[in-house]
This record gives sequence, structure tokens and C-alpha cells, in this order.
Amino acid sequence: MQTTLEPQTSFEVSDKGFYGHFGGAFIPEMLYPNVEELRQNYLNIINDPAFQAEFWQLLEDYVGRPTPLFLAKRLSEKVGATVYLKREDLCHTGAHKVNNTIGQILVAQRLGKKRIVAETGAGQHGVATATVCALMGLECIVYMGSIDMERQKPNVDRMRMLGATVVPATSGSQTLKDATNEAMRHWINNPVDTHYIIGSVVGPHPYPDMVARFQSVISEEVKKQLFAKTGRQNPDYVVACVGGGSNAAGAFFHYLNEPTVRLVAAEAAGQGVTSGHSAATTALGKPGVLHGSRTILMQTEDGQVIEPYSISAGLDYPGIGPLHAHLFDSGRGDFYAITDDEALQAGFQLSKLEGIIPALESAHALAALEKMNLQPDDVVVVCLSGRGDKDLSTYSKHL
Amino acid sequence: MYVRASARAKTHYGPKPAHTFMTLTQNRITDLFSQKSERLLNVYFTAGFPALNDTVTILRGLQAAGVDLVEIGMPYSDPVADGETIQQSNGKALDNGMSLKTLFDQLEGCRQGQSRDPVTVPILLMGYINPVLQYGVEAFCKKCQEVGVDGVILPDLPLDLYLADYAPTFREYGILNVNLITPQTSENRIRLIDEESDGFIYMVSSASITGSTKGISDSMRGYFERIQAMNLRNPRLIGFGINNHDTFDTACEYANGAIVGSAFIRHLEEKGTSAESILEFVHTIRA
Ligand SMILES: Cc1ncc(COP(=O)(O)O)c(C=O)c1O
Repeated sequence: MQTTLEPQTSFEVSDKGFYGHFGGAFIPEMLYPNVEELRQNYLNIINDPAFQAEFWQLLEDYVGRPTPLFLAKRLSEKVGATVYLKREDLCHTGAHKVNNTIGQILVAQRLGKKRIVAETGAGQHGVATATVCALMGLECIVYMGSIDMERQKPNVDRMRMLGATVVPATSGSQTLKDATNEAMRHWINNPVDTHYIIGSVVGPHPYPDMVARFQSVISEEVKKQLFAKTGRQNPDYVVACVGGGSNAAGAFFHYLNEPTVRLVAAEAAGQGVTSGHSAATTALGKPGVLHGSRTILMQTEDGQVIEPYSISAGLDYPGIGPLHAHLFDSGRGDFYAITDDEALQAGFQLSKLEGIIPALESAHALAALEKMNLQPDDVVVVCLSGRGDKDLSTYSKHL
Repeated sequence: MYVRASARAKTHYGPKPAHTFMTLTQNRITDLFSQKSERLLNVYFTAGFPALNDTVTILRGLQAAGVDLVEIGMPYSDPVADGETIQQSNGKALDNGMSLKTLFDQLEGCRQGQSRDPVTVPILLMGYINPVLQYGVEAFCKKCQEVGVDGVILPDLPLDLYLADYAPTFREYGILNVNLITPQTSENRIRLIDEESDGFIYMVSSASITGSTKGISDSMRGYFERIQAMNLRNPRLIGFGINNHDTFDTACEYANGAIVGSAFIRHLEEKGTSAESILEFVHTIRA
């Protein structure tokens, strides 16, 4: 496999769309013109000063950035290190997902697209997409697994209220993976006027890179904020949950080439890594191709994709973005598998200690703190990717 | 479990040894096109569907009914280029226990005939790249050669990655890789695909997944004419949305033949896998 062999020490995407030997664009010819159009244009578009101005203005005035970097004193005492929370939960719509959808809707406009299609798991990306479509007056179609539509009902209603059409994905496991398949099929059927807003750092090149760039605002702000608060250039650890890996990619982005900063990824172990009901991709997966990129993937010996499970719909995905596969493979990242119970406990703990109810996804990142063997002088930044309102019905079952 | 490169003593991602290039000599697909260039019928079915052991029965039924090529689907959990009919047949086949290994076991010996007539019709395997990667690309090609598979169609293996990583292995074992073009494929890219293809070019009839029932529109005819006028060196078969006599006939006006998939899967479900049922289907398409 020669393309995927190029020795690569950098964590930036290569010309051909690879991180180490992960990534690429494994797409059917039907999607080639669309993906190629995006690949040829995305850097020019997002580097254009007019684009930058509009993007930053919207992040400030509409999303509410910069989001605070909050010193969580009582949590710090509890875990025995200094813990800062990057408050992505305070973004408009309640999660980091909107950083990406703002960027992509501006790209879609510049490509002359009239309609947006998206997939969603927890519904956060669907809501963030429906929101920017309303803002820009574009038609919006969101595919969502029918099981997820049940367990994230408030988000389905929000999307509909925002004017989006929510289409249940009834194939396969009826969760995020299948919603992604359906969104890709929709794009194949509507190749000319539609842009597909992928919600994480997954999919064919250039999506992982484009989404990581839009989410990189997270670590860009953290760098400045941490310095202002502590006089330190860098924390010792940055911690984030990984579903596809977009909040993690954004939180890690400006630290990728800072070897003293450990990058910590929390994956969903569901009922336990070996329970058969898990989404702990790096613990259970092998290299393979899913949704257009070569990555690490939960699969059978025959290469069939295994249905993942997590209490958190946003982490219920059998793969991870190719950047994260490379971080894992190269040893640059530390990956922890967090069970449903550990995440729930961490969610309850943060609520009581700091008055912040985290999304179940983000609660996985918080639970990793307990496993990291932190020392008293360690400084840790946790990406609090979203707020827990959408998860209240799940939390309330365990109160 | 996958052990990350950084934790392995020595990474196994060393450069591949250079392959000796062989030019394709005998291949049933190229032979077929050198003998026949009109109204070729290629029929798709999913291995292991409706029942696990139907694969060779259907293959023989199609040969007996006189189809020119057979495309056997390697079932996959996430067939993104396929519509509902083929998705469901894939799901059912997997539930039945179908795998690449089982498929190769089923095909083993069919070319030799054993107690029956040998299968002589050209065979393509159609499916997605991940199961092939897990089987091992070289092991896959070798096994294809052993059991008498002549070519493969892997929609999510794009041309550039195929050429960069796999073409030498495919060529070494004499396995053709069939590439797709669509109404949106640029002229330059079609030229490139034509240059790099052996066997035939698979013309996807419209911007769609498999199983479309929209019929053949004027804009599709426009696209067919445009491709016809390009005088490509490879023969062309039109697929996706070819589901009855009319659409087959129209496709044959503009290409060397056509590919029928979803309509045959539906027929197998309704009318069964007997030789008579298959003959009836092929007759209605060709009439
Ligand atoms: C709050 C929140 N965090 C994290 C995720 C996981 O996505 P990613 O890994 O791309 O950040 C989701 C996905 O829905 C989410 O809603």
C-alpha cells in the first residue's frame, strides 16, 4: 500500500489526504466530482479574507465565542490537579458542533449549493446544521437513525422547529453509522446542488481536515486563555471525548506539534470494552475503510462493520476520524475507554461540584480524569463539548 | 485486537516487494468482448441470497439462460452505493452467514464442472473494499484466480488509490478491475479511466444509487450519446435503473449492453431460484 506508506511524522494531512497511513478518499465514482470540487476549493475558500471575516464575525456574534476557559476549583480538588473546562457547552445550540456548521455553510454558499444534507447521532450536529440553514435560508435535510430519533426526541423537535426535514434512517442498526450511509446516498442522488455537511472529522478527504480547521478555534482560544490566566504556554494534558473526534481534533489542533502536551481521548466503552456492547474503537478495532476513509474500525474478521453501543448517542460510532487513528497508532495520543456508568457518575459529579450539567459525551472526557494518574502540579484542560439538557431523560433514569 | 504501530516491535508497513508486471493474456471478459459487442446482458445477484447455498444454483441458472456475464455481489454491512433492494439482500445474505471465504468455497470447482457442466460464463465479483482489505488484497486476487473469477467491481476503491496501491497485484493474478463513470464524470477523467481500464467501463446511468425506477430520461440519453461519441477504447455496459425490456433495449442502443441488478433480486424473492424462474426473467429482459 504505497500511498499509505509515506513515512509521516507530522500530524497535518498530506496532499493526498492521509494522516500517516489513515485517511484518503475511498468514495464511489458517483461522489468523486463533489468531493473533488470541495478538495480543490476548500483551502482557497477558507483562507479568503472575506470568508475569514464572515466566519469570525458569526462565531463571535451568533455562536457567542470565545467560550470561557473555566477553572473548576472543586473538581480540581477532587481529582488532585488543576482542571480547566473549555466551555463549548455555552456555544449557541449547546455544543461545539456549530463551529463546524458555520464554516461549512459558508463554504456551501461559495460553492453555489442550494441544499444541505447532514447526518446526526445525538441530534446536536443536526440541530447545529438546521440552525445555520435557517440563518442562511438554505433547505436542510437531516438523516437520523430511527433509534436515535426516539432517544433524542427533543433534538428532533428542535430541528423541525428550525425548518429542517428529519428523515429516519431505518437501515442497519438505525443509529449514526446508518444515518451517515443514508446521507451519503442522498448526496449520490443529488450531486449538483447539494452540499453534505459532515458532523465530525470523518469521511473522505478533505472533510477530516476541513472540519478540524473549523474546530481548531477551540485550542486557538485555549492557548490564549490559559496563558492569560496562568502565564503558561501549554497545559500538561488536553482531554476530550471522541465519537468521530471533532471536538477532540479542535481541542488538540494547536498542540499536535507540542510534544510536552499529552493528548487524551476518551472513547465510549458502553457496558464494558469486552461486553459486546461497546463503542471503544481503538480498543476493539482494526484498520479498515468506513465512510470514505481508511481508519480504525470495529469490524468482524470478515470486514463487516460491527454495530457499536454507547449510552451516549454522539459516541455511538464504530470508527474514529483518521487523524485520531494516526494519533493512536503513532502513540501521540492516550486513549481511555470509559463505560456508561463511569460517564454517568462523572456527569453527576460535575453537576454537583460545579453547577454544570455536561452532555453525556463530554462526561466521558471528565471520567478519564480519574484514570490518568494526575499529579498535584498537573494542569489539565478538558473540552466540555456540550451541555446535558438533551440527556436529561437518560440522566433522570439514574438519579 | 489491533496493536498500534508505536507499541509493536517493528512495524509491518514496509514497502511491498516490486511485482513483476504481466500483461493480461487470457481472460474470459476480454475474450467475450472480442467475440460479441452488442446487446450483452450482465446480471447481478447477491451471494448467499435468498439462501446461503443458492449462489452456484443461481450462477448456473443464469448461464443456462444465456446471460453473457454474471456479477456476484459480495455482501457488505454498509453498501453506500446501493438502494434498498440490494441493501436488504446484502443484509439477508450476511444473516445467512455469507462471507468472502464461504463464497470462494462455493465457487471452488465450478469451472471444472465436477459432476456437472463447467461454468464458463465470465464472473465478476462486486462489492466494497473493506471485506477485501480484511481478506488481504493479494490473497483475494489469488483466490479469485484459483476459483475462476475474472474481474471485480469495487465502487469505493477509487482509481487513483487502485493504481497507487493495488494495480500490480490485480494484474499479477489476471483480475480485471472495472471502473465506473457517471453523468458527472468529467471528460478528462473518462479519458483517464478508459486508459487505465481493461475489460469494460461500467456506465452508471444517472446520478443515483442502485435500484432507481425512474426509467431513461432525455438527459440520460444525452449523456449516453456524449459518451458514445467519445469513441472509447473499452466497451461499455450501462447499469443502475435497468429493470425491464424497454430500459435494456434503450441502453443497448448506446452501449454494448447493460447490467440488471435490483430487478433480478426482486424476481428471485418473488419467483424463486429455479432454472425456469431465472430463464423467465432473462427472457422478459431480452424478449
Ligand atoms: C456534546 C457532544 N460532544 C461530542 C460529540 C461527539 O462528536 P465528536 O467526537 O465529533 O466531537 C457529540 C456528537 O454528537 C456531541 O453532541
